[in-house]
Amino acid sequence: MNILSLFIILIIAFIGYFVGRSRANSIRNLSGKRLTSISHYYGYYVAIWSLVPAAIVFLLILIFNDYFVTNYVLSGYEDLENSSRDLIMAQIENTRNGIQLANSLDSNIIAAVKKLNYIESQYRISGFIVVLSISAYLFVHASIKISPSLDSRKIVERVFLILFFSCSLIAILTTVGIVISLLFETLKFFNSVPILDFLFGLNWSPQRAFVSDVSELVPEDIAGAFGALPLFAGTFLIAFVAMCIAIPVGLLSAIYMAEYASSNIRNIAKPLIEILAGIPTVVYGFFAALTVAPFVRNSGMSLGLEVSSESALAAGFVMGIMIIPFVSSLSDDVLNSVPRNLREGSYAMGSTKSETIIRVLLPAALPGIIGSFLLAISRAIGETMIVVMAAGLAAKLTANPLDAATTITTQIVVILIGDQEFDSPKTQAAFALGLTLFIVTLLLNYIALRVVKKYSERYE
Amino acid sequence: MNETKIITNNVNVYYGEKQALHNVSMNMQANEVTALIGPSGCGKSTFIRCLNRMNDVIDTCKVEGTITIDGYDIYSKETSVEKLRERVGMVFQKPNPFPKSIYENVAYGPKIHGIANNKNELDEIVENSLKQAAIFDEVKDRLHEPGTALSGGQQQRLCIARAISVNPDIILMDEPCSALDPIATARIEELMEELKKDYTIVIVTHSMQQAARVSTKTGFFHMGNLVEVDKTEVIFSNPSNKKTQDYITGRFG
Repeated sequence: MNILSLFIILIIAFIGYFVGRSRANSIRNLSGKRLTSISHYYGYYVAIWSLVPAAIVFLLILIFNDYFVTNYVLSGYEDLENSSRDLIMAQIENTRNGIQLANSLDSNIIAAVKKLNYIESQYRISGFIVVLSISAYLFVHASIKISPSLDSRKIVERVFLILFFSCSLIAILTTVGIVISLLFETLKFFNSVPILDFLFGLNWSPQRAFVSDVSELVPEDIAGAFGALPLFAGTFLIAFVAMCIAIPVGLLSAIYMAEYASSNIRNIAKPLIEILAGIPTVVYGFFAALTVAPFVRNSGMSLGLEVSSESALAAGFVMGIMIIPFVSSLSDDVLNSVPRNLREGSYAMGSTKSETIIRVLLPAALPGIIGSFLLAISRAIGETMIVVMAAGLAAKLTANPLDAATTITTQIVVILIGDQEFDSPKTQAAFALGLTLFIVTLLLNYIALRVVKKYSERYE
Repeated sequence: MNETKIITNNVNVYYGEKQALHNVSMNMQANEVTALIGPSGCGKSTFIRCLNRMNDVIDTCKVEGTITIDGYDIYSKETSVEKLRERVGMVFQKPNPFPKSIYENVAYGPKIHGIANNKNELDEIVENSLKQAAIFDEVKDRLHEPGTALSGGQQQRLCIARAISVNPDIILMDEPCSALDPIATARIEELMEELKKDYTIVIVTHSMQQAARVSTKTGFFHMGNLVEVDKTEVIFSNPSNKKTQDYITGRFG
């Protein structure tokens, strides 16, 4: 079983295309009748039959290879549990690769290495033969089946349908898979930390629960260390500061773009604003940490205010700048899509531009504008790089934007940096945080949709 | 013959390089319906939009010549476009009620121009405008429902109510019935008959029958020129221009 067989079936399929096409052409020339499909489709027909089933078998062998090999090699060890089976298997493979010296081991392992080598080569050869013969057989079969009445166009259409369907299925299944894995890790976490302690606890210090010997910990200790409320508070504080910047600036610039700017200005300014969205968030991050945070601190000090060097204000401010294009670009599109005859109706009543905007356009565009706000908020909540670099690490419950605050995303990064063991409550806490974030974002999107729908029903 | 309300003198309109109207000179009388007819793209809509300066919205549009209403030049520097449009209302081809309640649609103009002093006056204006537009009975129980939920013909009458809510002198109608069915069209035409007692009406229409039914005077536009303007019965029975005759007899257009 190797990559060569995949190449060979690709070549067979490639040849199949030309064989199928030329066979179709010659059948048409001989009989003088029109075929049900143009000759290309007979080429695709043969190519698909030579390639797809063989490739599927190839994949299946690839997936189940390990399972059968392990079962065969460990045929004497059925009574062991999974983890020790894995351990023995690793030992056998290490021995074969020369990482562990064979003479230090018992004869069972050496015998198993021989078994492993044997079965692997067997599988390789038989897999190779199976895949190639499937491909070759179907190549011949499909070529013979070509006839004027064969509707290869319809068959090719169906194959495309399946192709497109499975691609969308991949996206959906990935989402489902991620959610399920988040869910399971989170459930494990809630086994050691009660969910209420996590959601409403005021003390976040996961380092405390991460001592060398887990047995030294009392359960109360673990539970008390994972109160995530300060993180939620910090996340929303920073997102709030960001929205205070992004909503007014974004909305007002959108109004300028949509209603006041001449087309020349618009053509230059709109791409410029959208460039803001293209700046990597890391760049925003060091901009926040190196420029804005010291500036906020210095100006705060000159006003006689106590400002932490990593303030929520600085991080939120930069995040707000980053989000401006989300608000302005979307709101601009929404304003532009308000029908022209509404504008004319308002002007014809003798209202000025600003009256038209405030009394007619904004109400008409409101659902879309609110949608853009909610999108921006969920972006702000999920944003990571700026807060990792510019917001604090210490989890402190505060509503003061001049104080340091930490966010959900920052803590996930902090927890998962470096080598981790995946069964400690500390790492599982990252999954719980991730799931919380996911649920909050999901809720925001849901509310956004509901709001949009409600207003559209009222206005249309 | 009523007194002359609107006088246009050698009006030329350009969209960028392209000239859309050539030397249009025409008078419109108070308390009459003046109809503008002609094939598509002949400039009749452009012309009607000069009368309340709606063409100002288009950047590339340039208007030459003079247009006076009651002897007052509406393109002079001192003219406030907002005040002009308060006096010259407009109803569009496609009904365009605002996404607000029926009440708010009609109250829109009085509110921005500060016409009503209090809620009672505003209520009264709304009710009277809806009555004048012959729609009050149909909507009186649902004044606070969205105007967009009405039928097309009702929406158009709502737009007429909105236009008359600020008590204008003139109402411009740009093909007001082209999106409506025959029954709704008949109602609007009846309404015009009523409205011309109080207002000067200028209507652009594609339907020659409509022009013949509702108007006192008809102007025929072709290729940006005002070919002929005369009493409606003259235009439809004995036009002096060959082109007008060809158009009204259906030989082109």
